[in-house]
Amino acid sequence: MVADNPTAYSVTDCGFAYRGNPCLRAVNINLQQGRFYGLIGPNGSGKTTLINLLTGTSRPTSGTIDLYSSNVCDYAKTDLARLLSLVPQSFTMEFEYTVFEIVMMGRHPYIDRFGAPSEEDVTHVSSALKTLDIQHLQDRYVTRLSGGERQRVLVARALAQNTRVMILDEATASLDVRHSIDIMKALRQRVDAEDVTVVAAIHDLDLAAAFCDELIVMNHGTIHNHGNVETILTSELLRDIFAVEADVLTPVNSTPHIQYRYSHA
Amino acid sequence: MRGNSKILFGSLSFLLAATIIAATGLGYISIPPSSVIQTILGSLTGIISGTSSASDQTFSVIIMDVRLPRILTAALVGGGLALAGGVFQAILLNPLADPYTLGISSGAAFGASTAFILSILGVAIPVSLSVPVFAFIGAIGTLYAVFFLSAGDAKLSSNTLILSGVIVAAILSAAIGFIKYMADEEVNIIIFWLMGSFIGKSWQDVVLLLGILIPCLIFSCYFARDLNIMALGGTTADTLGVDSAKIRRQLLVSASLVTAICVAVSGVIGFIGLIVPHMLRMLAGPDNRILLPASFFAGAILLLTADTITRAILPHEIPIGVLTALIGGPCFCYIFRKRQLGAAYGR
Repeated sequence: MVADNPTAYSVTDCGFAYRGNPCLRAVNINLQQGRFYGLIGPNGSGKTTLINLLTGTSRPTSGTIDLYSSNVCDYAKTDLARLLSLVPQSFTMEFEYTVFEIVMMGRHPYIDRFGAPSEEDVTHVSSALKTLDIQHLQDRYVTRLSGGERQRVLVARALAQNTRVMILDEATASLDVRHSIDIMKALRQRVDAEDVTVVAAIHDLDLAAAFCDELIVMNHGTIHNHGNVETILTSELLRDIFAVEADVLTPVNSTPHIQYRYSHA
Repeated sequence: MRGNSKILFGSLSFLLAATIIAATGLGYISIPPSSVIQTILGSLTGIISGTSSASDQTFSVIIMDVRLPRILTAALVGGGLALAGGVFQAILLNPLADPYTLGISSGAAFGASTAFILSILGVAIPVSLSVPVFAFIGAIGTLYAVFFLSAGDAKLSSNTLILSGVIVAAILSAAIGFIKYMADEEVNIIIFWLMGSFIGKSWQDVVLLLGILIPCLIFSCYFARDLNIMALGGTTADTLGVDSAKIRRQLLVSASLVTAICVAVSGVIGFIGLIVPHMLRMLAGPDNRILLPASFFAGAILLLTADTITRAILPHEIPIGVLTALIGGPCFCYIFRKRQLGAAYGR
């Protein structure tokens, strides 16, 4: 069944250089619709650069990125915004918008320039607020929220955008365990119920193993390896890419789990 | 919570009309509001109603030829500076940005001073043309210089930008000093103009301001909702269908043009662009669709009131730029201090 899924992304020979310094090279990968991809790799391995290319906010210096068979850079801005959403790593907000107003910004591509939000827009916003359990915050100013609350607002904004593809750049980085799991659950639910494709850069490998279908391993500005969680997540990978000694345990009826070998000496 | 926007715009329009009428009546010769309204309506419709006595004739000259051009110029410049401030703050995501703190006003002033010195030195370009054009070139040049200096900071943070603005303004103020020195005996023209003043403004200034400000106001309001989205940051705004780089560029040029024309007409008048959008944001929220037009109205009311106080109420007329800086400077300190405290508590 999975093999028959249409291709969402087709990345061919993609490279990116910033002021002459290569940041990303020879990236080739196909991403299928309705799959949850975890983007893992050490800091500075090129995850955010790849995300910028996938969202069309940077243009590759070589190669092409097709999203549903059209170059991602060739889409009209509004069309692209109805097809893909981004949750950034963090955001700073200087102005006192309420949580509801921020989440409603996710509906921007659907509202006419001088129009007002429709009932459908409000429904999408309310359901996104409910999914992330932040309804009680909806009239609060985002400037007064904790880092974790703010991060959930950002994810809710992307959910309200209601797109076929969702891309997240370490969306759970500043969240406690419970809210990290809540966000991953909400994304998983979109994947399973609505065939949405999710690409999430993620540092917590246990969390990635528990919720993703496939892992994409980035290292030194290119894709080191990708495939099913079980085949990718091994102690060799942790040693070679992340430079840590660890055992990967796979309990029966559960997802792989990493046991790090610390030494206090 | 935030108020109703209809009530806000209703009261702002009413206040502006009332301020214009009151200001027109005040002065060396005081004129009752009923005569003011009668004269203005009469001139607009071309009908001088009833018996046109000698005092009516005098009122008409005072109102139409002397006071009204100055009053409308003050109102338009106030509105323009507040609009430019609101746009700069929205684009730079920085409540401390305004044409003055970014050095744009100083750039325009340098451009305009250059135009004056050229005219003093006998270069035959009419001042009415060269001052606005040179002011605009100075404003855009400064904008580029300030951005160039702070470009290493990808997020264009408040402090980097304002520091760059201060550095550029310091250099420009030295350059203006040199121009004053070159102007020699005719230095008074430049000094007086630099301090900011609405003395002797004519209908020509009003028309020039209207011609630039109204299109820029409409242009800014057209992109107001995109500006709201851009508060999420450029990358996120791009994925929401907003061409943030293009809109940022166009609106920066538009706001600099507004600043340049205001400076060209009336000299350097600081802090209106900082305080007005800031106050309104507290009153009406950060939504630029309301904030930008409301800032235009409120800026007009504020600067006209300040100009009327210095013109008709104070025993001696203080240059308006000096007055706004004296009041606005401490307000800037207050906002800056509040933000620093907010940052300290990890707001």
